[in-house]
Amino acid sequence: MPNRTQPPSATARSAPAPAEHPTGEAAPEAPDSSTVLDDLGIRRALMRIAHELVERNDDLSRLYLVAVPNGGVPLARQLAANLREVADAEVTVGILDTTLYRDDLLARGARPRLRRTEMPSVVDERVVVLVDDVANTGRTIRAAMDALMDFGRPRGVQVVALVDRGHRELPIKIDYVGKNIPTQAGDRVELLGDAGDLEGPLRVVLRPEGEGER
Amino acid sequence: MSRLLIRGGRVLDPASDRDAAGDVLIEDGVIVAVDADIDTRGAEVLDAEGVWIAPGFVDLHTHLREPGQEYKEDIASGGRAAVAGGFTSVACMANTQPVNDDPSVTDFILDRARTDSPARVHPVAAATKGLAGEVMTEMVALVEAGAVAFSDDGKTIMDSGVMRRVLQYSRLVERPVITHAEDRTLVGDGVMNEGPVSTRLGLPGNPAVAETVHVARDIMLAEITGAHLHVAHVSTAGAVELVRAARERGVHVTAEVTPHHLVLTDEATSGYDTNTKMAPPLRSADDVRACRQGVADGTLDAIATDHAPHALHEKEVEFTEAPPGVIGFETALAVVLDLVREGELAPLELIRRLTTDPARILSLTAGTLSVGAPADVVVVDPERRWTYDPSKGYSKSRNSPWNGQELVGRVVASVVGGRMVYHVDRGVLVQ
Amino acid sequence: MIATDLLGIEDLERSDIEQILEAAAHMQEIGDRPVKKVPTLRGRTIVNLFFEPSTRTRTSFEIAGKRLSADVVNFSTSSSSLSKAESILDTARTLDAMQPDAVVVRHRVAGVPKRIADVLDAPVINAGDGAHEHPTQALLDLLTVWQEKGRIDGLTVTIIGDIVHSRVARSNIYGFLKMGAEVRVAGPPTMLPVGVQALGVKAFTSMREALDGADVVMALRIQLERLSGSLFPSIREYAETFGISRRTLRYAKDDAIVMHPGPVNRGVELSHDLADHRPSVILDQVRNGVALRMAVLYLLAGRERVAGRTE
Ligand SMILES: [Zn+2]
Repeated sequence: MPNRTQPPSATARSAPAPAEHPTGEAAPEAPDSSTVLDDLGIRRALMRIAHELVERNDDLSRLYLVAVPNGGVPLARQLAANLREVADAEVTVGILDTTLYRDDLLARGARPRLRRTEMPSVVDERVVVLVDDVANTGRTIRAAMDALMDFGRPRGVQVVALVDRGHRELPIKIDYVGKNIPTQAGDRVELLGDAGDLEGPLRVVLRPEGEGER
Repeated sequence: MSRLLIRGGRVLDPASDRDAAGDVLIEDGVIVAVDADIDTRGAEVLDAEGVWIAPGFVDLHTHLREPGQEYKEDIASGGRAAVAGGFTSVACMANTQPVNDDPSVTDFILDRARTDSPARVHPVAAATKGLAGEVMTEMVALVEAGAVAFSDDGKTIMDSGVMRRVLQYSRLVERPVITHAEDRTLVGDGVMNEGPVSTRLGLPGNPAVAETVHVARDIMLAEITGAHLHVAHVSTAGAVELVRAARERGVHVTAEVTPHHLVLTDEATSGYDTNTKMAPPLRSADDVRACRQGVADGTLDAIATDHAPHALHEKEVEFTEAPPGVIGFETALAVVLDLVREGELAPLELIRRLTTDPARILSLTAGTLSVGAPADVVVVDPERRWTYDPSKGYSKSRNSPWNGQELVGRVVASVVGGRMVYHVDRGVLVQ
Repeated sequence: MIATDLLGIEDLERSDIEQILEAAAHMQEIGDRPVKKVPTLRGRTIVNLFFEPSTRTRTSFEIAGKRLSADVVNFSTSSSSLSKAESILDTARTLDAMQPDAVVVRHRVAGVPKRIADVLDAPVINAGDGAHEHPTQALLDLLTVWQEKGRIDGLTVTIIGDIVHSRVARSNIYGFLKMGAEVRVAGPPTMLPVGVQALGVKAFTSMREALDGADVVMALRIQLERLSGSLFPSIREYAETFGISRRTLRYAKDDAIVMHPGPVNRGVELSHDLADHRPSVILDQVRNGVALRMAVLYLLAGRERVAGRTE
């Protein structure tokens, strides 16, 4: 059954797109995958985005960083640290799992694993900044916005993505992009840590269509 | 003069202890010769090359449901199913509607059987009126009408005083009293054997002791009355032992076991299939082993099907609500051949449990290939493989635990009174 | 993962149980939101097919389904086929024609959910069948213990009461054993089933021995109508001998928790002071019931679309 978060050209393939890995677990890294953004690049990008957040938001006390797990979580934490450093601002960080809002639940069969949701503050009157690792079709951001509305009525919503790989299927605009990476529809792009988890140095890898899948 | 020669088989005749290759010649409904290489001139020939020739089977425990529950079975359909399973004589229990507790009902059954049934039918009359366990029936009149035994089967005579008097009175007609031995107060709401499996499945248990307590009581009453007690469908190791011990000290007690109690255990109920619900219930592996031993050593004289048809809608209900019982005519032979295949019983002894022994219990002139005897004969292929589909069988009902299973061993032909009434390739051969 | 139906804990692997508990733990958070509802099962239909009245379990499934945005239809029907023209399998076939995405079945007779699952396309969830199983109750009990104790492995769990007639006992026995706990059962000999040891538990008639070192003390509801079945002589004697009180709890570990599937006969299975507050976790059990059933519905609800009508 086609996974509808994938672009049409990928429907004949068995592997789902990386950001929507069905079990939520990081796929094992293929030896020939290439790093398109290393740890230093990621830290530079997040520092730049922190500056942009300060520029575009007058009242930093209203900011509420909401991470889309799993990749968004270390990025949001780093952004909060950067905001403390550049603007002496204490910004709340929340985690919002979008799984139950996805539009691609199969009729029957394995269900995606649920992830943690932790929303320590109310969202009413806050400017919520959704933080995701890879922006692709826009469906995850759509799901995150729907979920967010169930927590209250934010004053505004902005979106951070470390990588924008294109192929948008919904009218979703990314406000802050770490790096634009041109990709083919079937490529896999993902944020990885050293040991398969997302602790320690991070990097973004791109695996062209068909690689590391046999 | 009609002549039928059954030729070239292994003749198994327990009455004469014959187990040898030979032919059987029938003239005008009577066996006239059993020998090697009988002259075939002028005879219709039924080829039995490589298979068994035996007396027609005698089933002393069946439910034909007529009168009253013809939607489950009637004497015509039951009789057809019987001969398709090799049973040329069947005794039918009294729990019809109305109950066979009156000579008029016995007459009705025999009349109906004469016109409708390819198998010979022998009514078992109720032991007490309405199967109520209180007032005994008119045994003399019932025997005159044709009843061959007395039983409240399906129910149990719980009142020990009534049972004692029934046994005493039966001496007058010298016919067996068949006991369905289940102490109702110990059965309680039990619907399957009480044990680890019932505990796992969460179904109310019917303990083995419900049977043994009752068999012990009835044996003691048979002992003091000198009557012939026949224990129906023995299912427990304890009951086998009680019968064996009683027999040794000279009590006139006989017993039967069903095919299902010889091969199935309570594990068969694991899927909650109501076609594994019987009374008495399927028991433990130890009980099955004891029953098989009982058949092997003759403690259990007869194999009887307890053929108990129930309609599909009656079985498609909660396990607790489903009526107990399964049909058995057409599968019995294949099922019990398991004892021969496992080396527990010689073919001749198996045939004895299906013929001579039940005939003796009911005093029938059946179950023998003796010259001069009525020519009730079966031809059996013990190796034939087939898949049982009850919807293609002759019973009106389909409640079989062997539905859809591959079985080994099949009746090739049945002859009643010299006339072939069933052939596996041609089906039942009467109107 | 649990293939299609949830008929009993006996059929589950430890990894299945862990998957359900983990999903349930995530579902708990939804109950704390301003909008206690997620769109996951929008457009799917869940049928509560209850042949036996049970407001608590039915309501718990109903809330669980509604929190996942499913359409929940309650289909209550009389207890026995005998009282109707229609057999249970006919009822099931009729229901299947309406194309539900899950059917939750409760029946007073063991095995009915299994028989219904045999003829139904939709997944069947057993909400309690006779004295057989009540898997969602056991799963919510496991969730409660897991969150209360931080683990299940290595715990000692004592289940007290009418084990013979208890589906909750059977499901919990399977569940706690699969998760690595030691399970004991206790009660009067008339309430301990034949061959219960074959399930892997130790059976006791002494409360002191049964509770010695227990981490979890689970009392079962006594069906007062069993008095007529002569399983026990009087409520007073039962309460005196097998009731849980602060006095009997001294035999268990100091931090032992007390559980009960409800509703409690106060002063019978549990002393009055134990029913409402710690070490009793009965209200947590109730709360966890909704999250647990959300997890089960999330993991199971759905039916194969007819070929050609797939997305
Ligand atoms: Zn009987």
